[in-house]
Amino acid sequence: MRIGTARSSYRHDESLFDSRTQHAWLAVLAVALLGFPFFADEYWLYLACLVAINIASTTGLNILTGYTGLVSLGQAAFMGIGAYTVAALEQKLGTPVLLNLLAGGFVAMLGGLVVGLPSLRVKGLYLAIATIAASVVLHFVFANWHSVTGGHSGITVAPAEILGLSFDTSFRLYWLFVPITVLMVLGAANLFRTRIGRAFIAIRDRDISAEVLGIPLLRYKLLSFGLSSFYAGVAGGMWAYFFRVVTPESFPLIMSIFFLAAVIVGGMGTILGAILGAVFMTMVPEALKLIVGWLPLSADATLILSPVRTIVFGALIVGFLVFEPLGLQEIWRRIRRFFHLWPFRA
Amino acid sequence: MHPGKASPILEVEGLTLAFGGIKALTNVGFEVAPGSITTVIGPNGAGKTSLFNTISGFYKPSTGRIRFQGEDITATRPPERAKLGLARSFQNIALFRGMTVLDNIKLGRHAHLRTNVLDALFYFGRARHEEMKLRQEVEERIIDFLEIDHIRHMPVSVLSYGLQKRVEMARALAMRPKVLMLDEPVAGMNREETEDMARFILDVREEWGVTVLMVEHDMGMVMDLSDHVVVLNFGQVIADGTPAEVQANPEVIKAYLGSGDVSELRQRLHQPFAVGA
Amino acid sequence: MEFDGLFLAEIVLAGLGAGGLYALTGLAFVMIYKATRVVNLAIGEMLMIGAYLCFGLATAMNLPMWLAILVAVIGSGMAGALLERVAIRPMLGESPISVFMVTVGLASVLVGVVELIWTSEPRRLPEFMPSAPVMIGEAFVPPKVFYGFLVAAVLIAVALAVFRFWRGGVALRATASDQQAAYSMGINVPKVFSLSWTVAAMIAAIAGVIVGAVGGISSTMGVFGLSVLVVVIVGGLDSVLGALVAGLLIGVVESLAGGFLGGEYKLLATFMILIAVLLVRPYGLFGTHEIERL
Repeated sequence: MRIGTARSSYRHDESLFDSRTQHAWLAVLAVALLGFPFFADEYWLYLACLVAINIASTTGLNILTGYTGLVSLGQAAFMGIGAYTVAALEQKLGTPVLLNLLAGGFVAMLGGLVVGLPSLRVKGLYLAIATIAASVVLHFVFANWHSVTGGHSGITVAPAEILGLSFDTSFRLYWLFVPITVLMVLGAANLFRTRIGRAFIAIRDRDISAEVLGIPLLRYKLLSFGLSSFYAGVAGGMWAYFFRVVTPESFPLIMSIFFLAAVIVGGMGTILGAILGAVFMTMVPEALKLIVGWLPLSADATLILSPVRTIVFGALIVGFLVFEPLGLQEIWRRIRRFFHLWPFRA
Repeated sequence: MHPGKASPILEVEGLTLAFGGIKALTNVGFEVAPGSITTVIGPNGAGKTSLFNTISGFYKPSTGRIRFQGEDITATRPPERAKLGLARSFQNIALFRGMTVLDNIKLGRHAHLRTNVLDALFYFGRARHEEMKLRQEVEERIIDFLEIDHIRHMPVSVLSYGLQKRVEMARALAMRPKVLMLDEPVAGMNREETEDMARFILDVREEWGVTVLMVEHDMGMVMDLSDHVVVLNFGQVIADGTPAEVQANPEVIKAYLGSGDVSELRQRLHQPFAVGA
Repeated sequence: MEFDGLFLAEIVLAGLGAGGLYALTGLAFVMIYKATRVVNLAIGEMLMIGAYLCFGLATAMNLPMWLAILVAVIGSGMAGALLERVAIRPMLGESPISVFMVTVGLASVLVGVVELIWTSEPRRLPEFMPSAPVMIGEAFVPPKVFYGFLVAAVLIAVALAVFRFWRGGVALRATASDQQAAYSMGINVPKVFSLSWTVAAMIAAIAGVIVGAVGGISSTMGVFGLSVLVVVIVGGLDSVLGALVAGLLIGVVESLAGGFLGGEYKLLATFMILIAVLLVRPYGLFGTHEIERL
């Protein structure tokens, strides 16, 4: 039970993790993250890397959609820009890994700024549809700009190499991806302690009021687009080093829907929500694989895996929107509240 | 018509606002003296909120000028007007429902802060310094002043109407405004809440040196608080002066209560009605 | 290069044929939007359900095609009502973006169900349309396209007449613009919702059968819905006439792009039109302007 959370300074009140118990749990998490790769097998390391990439991208989309209220179905396309940038740089110039990732982020950010330009004229649903249009156009570019993107066959990416060490296993990539993702998540959390983050939320809740308060709408909407696509670009770059092949089919519209679902399921507009959503949505197909393999079905069970996955995916979106619009993070908070007050009833 | 010797802090001249064929405002003009409490009154549909929206910058007048501290701001966009020191509250509460009271208030200061994206992502250093300063100022000058310290961390959506209006004023104060425009600050409040709000408005003028321009219906409050009253009817100014002067003005009495003259009523019924307010 | 007028004519005619189907599906979309203000991204998948129901009835249950089509249309209508009741009704009053996302989820569920029952392999619908080639002047029009266009034209004409002359059209618009107010006026809001989704699903099913007859059916048929989305944006989300005009326009443009530039340019051309419209006239050619009250 949590007793006495008295704060003695404003700084204390404003900090991200404000109580001793939270600090303790943070330490546990850090130890777990550090120790995990030594105890996990290839499969779990693979999943961990994938989860890291998805957390990075979902956090970015959350900034745009969850916090600023601009629905985007283009996250996968921006990841594609990042992935192609990294792949092309790696293949043609052999520039260092971290530089490539940053470049991937920046080029994707530029794309995001362009796509965000109509956002002053066009609102809500229309903007979402504009992002679908952007996805289609980008897909076309990926498939047809042969000189840079290699057309339909795409680009094969050599393993990332830092200081002569080749990152060709999930174990090694884990140590690259996890710190990057942690930094990105912390950055996002910090954002919402400052005026920039507050401005985003203001735009989401009531943009006319925001204007009256002196927030230039177009500039901040563009900022939000730019930031979220930067995140997507870096995530896409990590994706390229992970899967080592980038093709126009690697980032379909359905992947953008996946990320939007992750934002919704996790809980829009919260940092924890983006993390929970990404983890959950990545693990659900794996859990389904287990369940389907375990059920006593006569025919080839793997045949129904794909459609079942599609159904569950859609059902999760509908289910969470109808029954728990605040997402997983709300469920988490309820559990926490219960334990804060235990053994007394809420 | 010209209260005081100091030049007006806000001046509206020849303002006409038309929506298609309907004139919401016709040739509206008046001056607001610095440090005064000026109230715009008028029956429903008179154009009061349209006037406010035009001064805020959401509506573009077809003719006329708006001057703020001598500068012509008719063409300036709303975010810039905020930076100049023009703050306003809304008739239907326009707080940001996804945020706490504290965050809403801090947003008022947005235009004056300097943190940029990179500062924000990193936080430690410039951003934190600015945030702490902001927090301190908001707490000491605004939250204490408006007596809302007990609700500072609550999400605004759970607050009572009266408290929400107070938070809205707090947010407007965070803008360090020179002119504070309040659109029906005590609408829907009970006696006690109205008296509290009236006290706050007077205190704001005293301690912050802010000029107040309000739209209000509560005649008791208007007459008690205001230095200067402007009466609108059908989008036109029909009276402009001290509360006593305006109260005695026969045009004003007619606008609110009617003249009792049947032929006059018939004539009015045939007049096209203005839309707005 | 010699200008091949005949080739152009055939491309345009083919485009009109496709456009008719776009317009028909657009009609289904507009019906839902007009009555419930919901942007239904699952319209392509509803079309797919109609096609597959027909396929299943015709092949697995060996019904004659005319009966299979009839039952499929009615079945789709019921499915539409079910979807509305289960997923859309609970979202009454929620933000339009949330409801939009629900339809995205529904689309996914429908695709999964189809794949589960029939796998993702493309299938062919049994033939049921006259196969004699149709000639307009010297131009050849594939018969299925021609007859499909006729059906679409008839249905759209009926819909236009209904919305023009039926008193219920006003009730429809009232429900869309303010549900609470409509309720208190005595309009049975849930019934309006159900009815609109049922009818829309039926229309989508008819379109689905025709599209399936022309190009075969598969679990990716829903992609048709993306082009339809462009059609309704260009035409105006709540305009039946807009769906007609824009449908034909987009159909022809896509056909021209495909014929002269290549297949992969079709979707690109469509979406370039979308971008242009969004920037210049976001409410579409015939849509009603939304005004924001301060």
